[in-house]
Amino acid sequence: MVQSLNKATEWLNLSEISANRWPGKIKVRCKQDRFICHMECDKSIVADVCNWLFSELDYSFASLVVEDLASEQLLTYIFYGGFGNGLICVSYRISNSTTTVPSISNLIHAVDWHEREIEDLFGLVFEGHPRLGDFVLHEEWPEGINPMRADFDPSNPYIHREVDPDWRPLRIVQSPGAFMMPIGPVYSDFAESAHFLLETVGEDVIRIIPRFFYKYRGIEKIAEGNAVEHVILLAERFSGTSAFAHSLALCKAVENISGIEVPPRAKALRIVLAELERLRHHIGAIAGICSSTAFAVATSQASILEEELLRLSGVLTGHRYLFGLNILSGLSIDLADDAIGMLAKNLRGLMVELNKLKKLLYFSSSFLDRLEEVGAVSLEDAVSHGLVGPVARASGLLRDIRKVLPYSGYEKLDFTVPGEEEGDGYARLRVLFAEAEQSVNIINQVASSLPPGSVNAKSFRIAPGEALGWVEAPRGASFHWIRVGEDGRVLRYRLTTPSFSNWHGFHLAAENFAFQDFPIIMATFGLSNAESDR
Amino acid sequence: MSKWVIKGLRTGIKTTQYPRKMETASGVSPGLPTAAKGTEKEVQELVFNCPTGAIERSGNQLTVDYNYCIHCFRCKRGSQSPMGWDYGYEWAANTKDSGANRGLGSAFNRSINIRFVDGGACGACISEIEQLNKPYYNMHRLGFFATPTPREADVLLVAGPVTDHMRLPLKKAYDAMPTPKLVMAVGACALSGGIFGPSFMSDAGVSELIPVDVAVPGCPPPPLAIIHGLLLAVKRKSSALLTSSEVRG
Ligand code: SF4
Repeated sequence: MVQSLNKATEWLNLSEISANRWPGKIKVRCKQDRFICHMECDKSIVADVCNWLFSELDYSFASLVVEDLASEQLLTYIFYGGFGNGLICVSYRISNSTTTVPSISNLIHAVDWHEREIEDLFGLVFEGHPRLGDFVLHEEWPEGINPMRADFDPSNPYIHREVDPDWRPLRIVQSPGAFMMPIGPVYSDFAESAHFLLETVGEDVIRIIPRFFYKYRGIEKIAEGNAVEHVILLAERFSGTSAFAHSLALCKAVENISGIEVPPRAKALRIVLAELERLRHHIGAIAGICSSTAFAVATSQASILEEELLRLSGVLTGHRYLFGLNILSGLSIDLADDAIGMLAKNLRGLMVELNKLKKLLYFSSSFLDRLEEVGAVSLEDAVSHGLVGPVARASGLLRDIRKVLPYSGYEKLDFTVPGEEEGDGYARLRVLFAEAEQSVNIINQVASSLPPGSVNAKSFRIAPGEALGWVEAPRGASFHWIRVGEDGRVLRYRLTTPSFSNWHGFHLAAENFAFQDFPIIMATFGLSNAESDR
Repeated sequence: MSKWVIKGLRTGIKTTQYPRKMETASGVSPGLPTAAKGTEKEVQELVFNCPTGAIERSGNQLTVDYNYCIHCFRCKRGSQSPMGWDYGYEWAANTKDSGANRGLGSAFNRSINIRFVDGGACGACISEIEQLNKPYYNMHRLGFFATPTPREADVLLVAGPVTDHMRLPLKKAYDAMPTPKLVMAVGACALSGGIFGPSFMSDAGVSELIPVDVAVPGCPPPPLAIIHGLLLAVKRKSSALLTSSEVRG
């Protein structure tokens, strides 16, 4: 990764450079204080501008937001930079009748799935994209009906298409003995619904065709027209294992639009709870890795710690998965000081156990054999596919939203972002352990100097407008874009999740490895289909 | 390797005593709201604020329909709410479909095989179901086993509102099961669609597609509630109610 830019100078020059490069075709508005820069440009140069940000200035792609407004359609590509480089929104407008737009996924591969999703849901065709077609909506969904369009009525039942019973996916691998192995959507003991077609010649998996969105619930659509408070429930429940992170991102976006002040105590407690969730997620992921290698004792040991954290969350907040805590302006409950003391004490004990487990695992060669040099992702691939979170950091892409776009007071804390270089399963396991340790470190720092006061504001008004909320969810960077109308109802809600970003790169890790490595590679990625499918 | 054996032995037994004894550890359940009486203003406010319409009123008497409650705590954390809160976990109940001509019969009282189908669950229900396989809850001691194929399953466990794309796989899994068979719906989404359904992409719960015998409310139901559901399925425990009827407060 190129080192981060010199923030002050580059940031100020963005508008100048872009105006010189594309005279008359781009308008730039930078908000110095909030580090958000809006570039409104002509459709003809959008690919160039995005490529400039990505390839030359080293920005990462965050999300593509399409809005079907009353008189036009607005497309916004959102990028985030390294430390101190803020966010850049590149947008352009097209008429309502336009159906083709330029594809940029040949330049920035991370945009690939976003374009495919939008083709399905909005009916926009990205010119030059090689693989448009059924993606989010499967083959029984009627062709030409695009549920995210403003004129789609979600309450109307629609007629399913007849499915061709003889349909078979296209096979690429042609060699004697080659066959295709389907996995899912109902498989394994308690797996989430997803489908993988593995093309193989017997031992090695040559190609993987994932088929997702079995769990597509249309969260973005069913949010529309609802009050913000209701949409917070959706943000919390679409991915229950990272509920706190996602509801926090949404609350932050709305608080930003309406200028709602979050009291210092609520900010601090939000960090405590977000890190508690991360810790629980990471330990759960470690248990998943142990279980994928059929290592029963280690699985049990990690699972014990996971359940202890679930119980601890239940005692602290009333809910084992931290539901019902984030509200606009702060939190719905306060945590008493002795409760925080109890948390810190319990985490000390937990860290001792976790370290013991780590040591034992790192010296169990039969276990490490299954992880080392298995499912490796190179740094180049991680960058080009836009991977995020612990998976990206295990490949050396050290972009953590808590550092690069600090929120809720992370900027005041002293913590490191653990990274590895190998990008294999073992590197991902080490990152999980190291991050769990950092989470405990963060909780201890915040708990030792918790500001007094209330945890929410008594009264505030929800103002119309649009904003982006961002968090480092347990699985990585998550972006929630929301537009609120005059009546305080949600007009557009765009959810970009780390599982969506990382599933896109999953095939990089799993291809060209042996069949029996597949579940292990999947476990080291630790992704959620609920979070990805939305 | 010997280190692991020692580590395992040192850990001792963590497993809950339930159902032999009730579990008394804290943090095992988020609890459910119970019925309450309130003033006219309180009652109106509670009914209005419940996002899923789970709270029903007749006069000043409130009851909660557990098919719909999603543990949002809005009826609890409001100002001086009269809502009672029950921290138990024996929530599983028979449904209207579970009748004399369904049920597994006494041959299955000791041991059953369970197949899980994810009908679009958020992950929390799945995580709680997974806990059953882990030391604290360990369902094997009760004779419950997960099976990778519906063809040898006696009980189908379904979570999620059942999304459009999961209708067919769910039906196929159900049809592939040998009779006698039972279906257990786990979580508010599976009971009523929860906060997601019915919508253009989700159903209003599993019973829209296949008959449901045992319902486990909760968002998510804690592992002990799911164990209660399994015990109910094999008639080793009795059914709870899906609406709060008792008057408290
Ligand atoms: S906790 Fe349940 S009953 Fe209470 S407001 Fe929320 S959904 Fe309604």
